[in-house]
Amino acid sequence: MAMYQLRVNGKTSSVDSWDPDQPLLYVLRNALGLHGVKYGCGLGQCGSCTVLMDGKATRACITTVKQAVGRSIESLEGLGSPEAPSALQAAFIKEQAAQCGYCTNGMICAATALLKTTPQPTLEQVKSSLAGNLCRCGTHTRILKAVMRGAK
Amino acid sequence: MTRRELLQAGGAMIVSFAWRAGAQNAPAADLDSFLAIHPDGKVTLFTSHVDVGTGILTAYRQITAEELGIPVALITVVEGDTATTPDHGGTGGSSGVPRGGADIRRVAATARRALLEMGAKQLNRPAGELTIANAEVRPASGGEGVAIGTLIGGKRFEMKVDPAAPLKNPAQYTVVGKAVPRTDLAGKATGRHVFVQDFTLPGMLHGRVIRPPAVGARLLTVDENSIHAIPDVRVVRIENFLGVVAKDEWAAIRAARELKATWSEGDATFVTVGLEAAMAAAPGGKEQIALERGDTAAAISAAAKPLSAKYYWPFHGHTSLAPSCAVADVKEGGATIWSSTQGTFGLRSLIAQIFGMPREKVRVVYLDGSGSYGSNGAYDAAADAVLLSRAVSQPVRLQWMRQDEHGWDPKGPAQLLEMRGALDSDGKLTAFESRVIAPTGPQWTEALLGPTAAGLRAEAPRGGGGGAPTTQNLDPPYAVANLRVSARGVNQTPIRLSNLRAPLKIGNTFAVESFVDELAAAAGVDAVAFRRRGLTDPRALAVLNRAAAMMDWQPRPSPGPRNGSGRGIAYMRYKQAENYVAIAMDVTVDSATGKITVRRITCAHDCGLIINPDGLLNQVEGNILHTLSRTLHEEIQFNGSRVTTVDWASYPILRFPEVPPVEVALIDRPDQPSYGAGEAACAPVAAALGNAVFDATGVRLRSVPFTQAKVKEALAKG
Repeated sequence: MAMYQLRVNGKTSSVDSWDPDQPLLYVLRNALGLHGVKYGCGLGQCGSCTVLMDGKATRACITTVKQAVGRSIESLEGLGSPEAPSALQAAFIKEQAAQCGYCTNGMICAATALLKTTPQPTLEQVKSSLAGNLCRCGTHTRILKAVMRGAK
Repeated sequence: MTRRELLQAGGAMIVSFAWRAGAQNAPAADLDSFLAIHPDGKVTLFTSHVDVGTGILTAYRQITAEELGIPVALITVVEGDTATTPDHGGTGGSSGVPRGGADIRRVAATARRALLEMGAKQLNRPAGELTIANAEVRPASGGEGVAIGTLIGGKRFEMKVDPAAPLKNPAQYTVVGKAVPRTDLAGKATGRHVFVQDFTLPGMLHGRVIRPPAVGARLLTVDENSIHAIPDVRVVRIENFLGVVAKDEWAAIRAARELKATWSEGDATFVTVGLEAAMAAAPGGKEQIALERGDTAAAISAAAKPLSAKYYWPFHGHTSLAPSCAVADVKEGGATIWSSTQGTFGLRSLIAQIFGMPREKVRVVYLDGSGSYGSNGAYDAAADAVLLSRAVSQPVRLQWMRQDEHGWDPKGPAQLLEMRGALDSDGKLTAFESRVIAPTGPQWTEALLGPTAAGLRAEAPRGGGGGAPTTQNLDPPYAVANLRVSARGVNQTPIRLSNLRAPLKIGNTFAVESFVDELAAAAGVDAVAFRRRGLTDPRALAVLNRAAAMMDWQPRPSPGPRNGSGRGIAYMRYKQAENYVAIAMDVTVDSATGKITVRRITCAHDCGLIINPDGLLNQVEGNILHTLSRTLHEEIQFNGSRVTTVDWASYPILRFPEVPPVEVALIDRPDQPSYGAGEAACAPVAAALGNAVFDATGVRLRSVPFTQAKVKEALAKG
């Protein structure tokens, strides 16, 4: 079984994978116990599995472990904790911007990437940057409010 | 810590469920506690209702806090565990507040009365002069009190719920009616919340199932050699049930994908094309008349303006964002199952019955999944997990893949709706006829996928059991002298059915409120004015007027100038007995592309006494946008052997760029009973949108979804 060196949330970890094409999603969840990243479709269609790779929003379900080597990966857990959430995580909590919360990982990771390049986005920019992230509960308006609050 | 341990850990006041004699799910005597007040003043509430992201647990904490005089922060809730929570119903049908909340209020009131009596002894004053605030019993007029913790001390006080315990007067509420934030969101926003998809057990294997390529197909051969290169995989084959388990999740996924198997032809014959006609012609149960007064036939044939129209609502999926998942540990003749089911007790009974296990040896523990909006694949996934765990004698985490959830979760049924109506020469509504035709079975519980394939259950006939679909919200909420409302079940259905948020009420309301709009237009009367003159209930008028005013509604008949922009409105009272909701929309329609853009939505919502206005708002906004998605985009399609809309590309849903501002006015009625709010605001959405499109274009859309292609074609036809 091959070993892969991954840099996740500022720490370097060695993980085994019998398949170099194993999606990063399962490595993060099962080898590293980072459950914030979620399986939604495995097809890159819903955004539930979004992580930051070198600061860019990336679909972990269609990124292989091999492709992740040498990149800096941040997961939702790395952005903040319940005690010390990031500004954007705090904005989601403040706006109560979730119902089931299964899409929240993707929303926060995608919006974090947006705010890195566009710290003061317009509402339309937020909408288009989240166009590939699906929410089934209909919490969209709160998520938009949360991202706008997080950008302040 | 188990609840038994928690309750044995020292002094406590415990209020237990008062079981009806012979109740089916009555637990052992020490397992029926509803509420425990601990010596430190903290409270644990036990309920079979589950949150599913609705915020209901926060409402329960507020109801408990209000009745007990103990701060919300000190109240925690244990939800949906058949071993530790009393069975007072599962989540569904917007029952969480009106039924579950009412139970909890009585439980807390029982404890409150007991605490006041204990305080009266301690303080040497009549209980009637005392109150509870900040976890302290003290004189209402002021003065020294005694902490609840002190009253309880190390002693145990046990009592049954007394339905006669006096309830706090809502006029004095200080906690109910306030926005209280949910406690689960900090974990959800930082990746710490444990969903059922995240739950693990030592020695747990990962499982996947392989469904047949066609509904009803039988498994002929399996070539295990086809996956020999994938490590540590076991194939589980039980008659026509096929699954794999592996130590590594990715190995299970690849094995399920690559395992070669051959199947017989399927036996489904339904296709989506022509479904409306097929449903109309399909054999089925007798037409059942739900409401009849006057003589609609005579009134319609004598009318100055008779009108008729047919509407269609398609099959929809729950298509939960998280594919269904369960962890099962089958051992010693029993099973423990972690599941996101909305009804843990119902699932327990079903599993016990199917697998021949004594009910007391089956435990179902709820953990959040993603939003389910009804009974999605959770029951099936739980049964799949039990099948796999039983076969390999190890705990198994079974998760469906995306195509399993879209393809195999039980669906909300299609509806054909036939409407007739009449106006007199003054444009007054004189007759209204409505009929719903829809499949009624098999329901998901009759036909769980895994157990049926494994031969543990007889295959349920793919047809209705002679019942009729609901006629709730199929009669117009407006005064009409001649009325006939009926329903007919259809015996042929391509797939299993289940409840999907506001089941059938959205389709019924779509037809009724669109057709009322047709009648208003035929009468040449403004859509709001036409509705207003048929209403007398002040709560109905209040929501209708409010939603219209928020939209700056200017009275005029529809359609408008047909310049591609317009407004529409729809109103209903949910199930004709619960929430009052009116929704207005402002849209543009691009005639070249058929694209509908919703510019703004306003909604006025009255569900009686509001428990948590922010939780309520979240639900109402969610109802509206979820249903906007269903109306604009969604339709399950079949090809004669299986569902073909198996991912988000073939079954698109609402995306952020399409999301309009949604303005909601919550009308609080503190003197009125609370209704649940998880469904009601769904019902008027499709009609409000269709009415707005008509206003903008003069073209009436009578079938959902309003896809660009369909709208373009309708506009071309004029």
